[in-house]
Amino acid sequence: MNESQTLVQVKALKKYFPITEGIIFQRETGSIKAVDDVSFEIKKGETLGLVGESGCGKTTTGRTLIQLYRPTAGDVFFEGINLAETKGKELRALRKHMQMIFQDPYASLNPRWTISRIITEPLRVHNIAKGKASMDKVAELLELVQLNANYMNRYPHEFSGGQRQRVGIARALATMPKFIICDEPISALDVSIQAQIVNLLEDLQEQLGLTYLFIAHDLSMVRHICDRVAVMYLGVIVELADRDELYSNPLHPYTQALLSAVPIPDPRITRARKRIILEGSPPSPENPPTGCRFHPRCPNAKEGCKTETPQWREIKPNHWVCCLDC
Amino acid sequence: MEPLLELQNLVVKFHTLNGVVNAVNGVSYSVETGKTLGIVGESGCGKSVSVLSIMGLIPDPPGKIAGGKILFNGEDLLTYENRQMESIRGARISMIFQDPMTSLNPVLTIGKQISESMELHLALSQKEAQGRSLELLSLLGIPNPKERFNDYPHQFSGGMRQRVMIAMALSCNPDILIADEPTTALDVTIQAQILELTKRLQGEMGMAIIWITHDLAVIAELADRVSVMYAGYIVEEADVFDLYDSPRHPYTLALLKSLPSVDRRRAHERLATIPGSPPDGIAVFPGCPLAPRCHFMVERCLHENPKLKTIGLNHKIACWVNVNTGKEI
Repeated sequence: MNESQTLVQVKALKKYFPITEGIIFQRETGSIKAVDDVSFEIKKGETLGLVGESGCGKTTTGRTLIQLYRPTAGDVFFEGINLAETKGKELRALRKHMQMIFQDPYASLNPRWTISRIITEPLRVHNIAKGKASMDKVAELLELVQLNANYMNRYPHEFSGGQRQRVGIARALATMPKFIICDEPISALDVSIQAQIVNLLEDLQEQLGLTYLFIAHDLSMVRHICDRVAVMYLGVIVELADRDELYSNPLHPYTQALLSAVPIPDPRITRARKRIILEGSPPSPENPPTGCRFHPRCPNAKEGCKTETPQWREIKPNHWVCCLDC
Repeated sequence: MEPLLELQNLVVKFHTLNGVVNAVNGVSYSVETGKTLGIVGESGCGKSVSVLSIMGLIPDPPGKIAGGKILFNGEDLLTYENRQMESIRGARISMIFQDPMTSLNPVLTIGKQISESMELHLALSQKEAQGRSLELLSLLGIPNPKERFNDYPHQFSGGMRQRVMIAMALSCNPDILIADEPTTALDVTIQAQILELTKRLQGEMGMAIIWITHDLAVIAELADRVSVMYAGYIVEEADVFDLYDSPRHPYTLALLKSLPSVDRRRAHERLATIPGSPPDGIAVFPGCPLAPRCHFMVERCLHENPKLKTIGLNHKIACWVNVNTGKEI
């Protein structure tokens, strides 16, 4: 792959959160291995999906990627610059190019701020526009997300969930970023509103040439919006492939189970198919299982899976998997 | 078959500072023993309020059941005294809720919480109730039930808590289990476990289920009959296969079209959307509540609200338009 096409490259990224004991003399007694050696890249203009169960580290991966959390180890290259080594002013200047859309449109907007103040905040922080110019910019952004520009002096509580999510998107677009992390942007919304937001995100990508990292647990929506999909389990990526390849030919047993668990809105299909039901729930990321992390729940687990750690390898062109048995 | 539970023209209103919210506007549905009724709708469509009325759990004030009947084995639950309702609630009709963390008592062990309703309703001794609780926990697939019995809710994962809730709900062998979005807060893999479990338990115990959700895919899997609700009205009601094969109400049609296609060749097509958002229930609109958002709207929709009427074998819709031809019926 040619280097100029890659926007973001993540190499052996790790993020551990310390577990401490004691109040005055805190000592570290262990760590939550939220992200444990993850490598992938995101190409310019594409949408990479990141899916997995809650607690698998997908949100932490996103946040560590844009340095909201500093990585424990590993590198993140954004247009060739290693973000893990930048800090202060330099990092802030780079942040202009990467923004985030959050899951909960009720919690991610300050209830005491008007919409115009919410959207001008990034303009002010990055010295992009002031005064009248910033108001024009707000109006332009609101129109871009298909909201009435006259709403700019209203407060978040005056809007519905879908409209608030549009405000969140307008805020993310304010700095004209190249890269946006969408962290479950539709899962808090009603069914009829989800499609509106997904279409908006697709339109904006086309108009503005955006690159997305789309974090979600709704696999059918991920299939719709993403170009490539990475599946995470307990802090590691277990499979990554083009969307059609992943959905029609999943190789990792976890991906297979995850796909078979997705209910299908057609009673004949959904009742006829055979499900792989995973036993139990994912173990704690404090002490992940030895060998392959999935082996205690894996229907195909063999003796070797308990001790040998599978390598992340490209099993066929553009199809990566982390499993001994594949 | 005689319906076990039948709602007739239920009307529920909430008196709030902003005005009267018409949450449920004359809703009728019924469920038979061993069958599953699915109720689908977006938030605020009245689906939860309708089942909370069955349980007698509408807070009054601000809520008020303004009309209708809820017939359980032929008797109207709305005429029952509090004392009589207590003997039904949790014993004959029980309910599981969306968020198992906020619905379980955090300071009681789960063993205590499961035993409690059996001690109360079935007059079991503490020991008997404990024995049966352990049986239920293992029936629901909770590993090491003996050790987990004295654990508190925070020591369980989301999926396990939901199992505990189901164990509580099933402890008195209810005739009807009402499930209000029980899998919405769970991961798909855990949701799959709960769905399989529910189907198995219904096969073994034969209770009727009312399953409320906004997820059309979950309903496709579980329900025998489906009622689609919008703005406090049932807009379509049909057999599950019928509904997905030939949806006849514009709202159902739009909901199904707004989901990405299952067919891989069509999975990336642009999604159909329903413009705008649902009404707040306060503003009174003379016509069909969907009219401002509906692609099929005709003149009549603005003035007259269509009643639910039968259009085929066990298939009812509330609409003036035939979605296949686009013309008025």
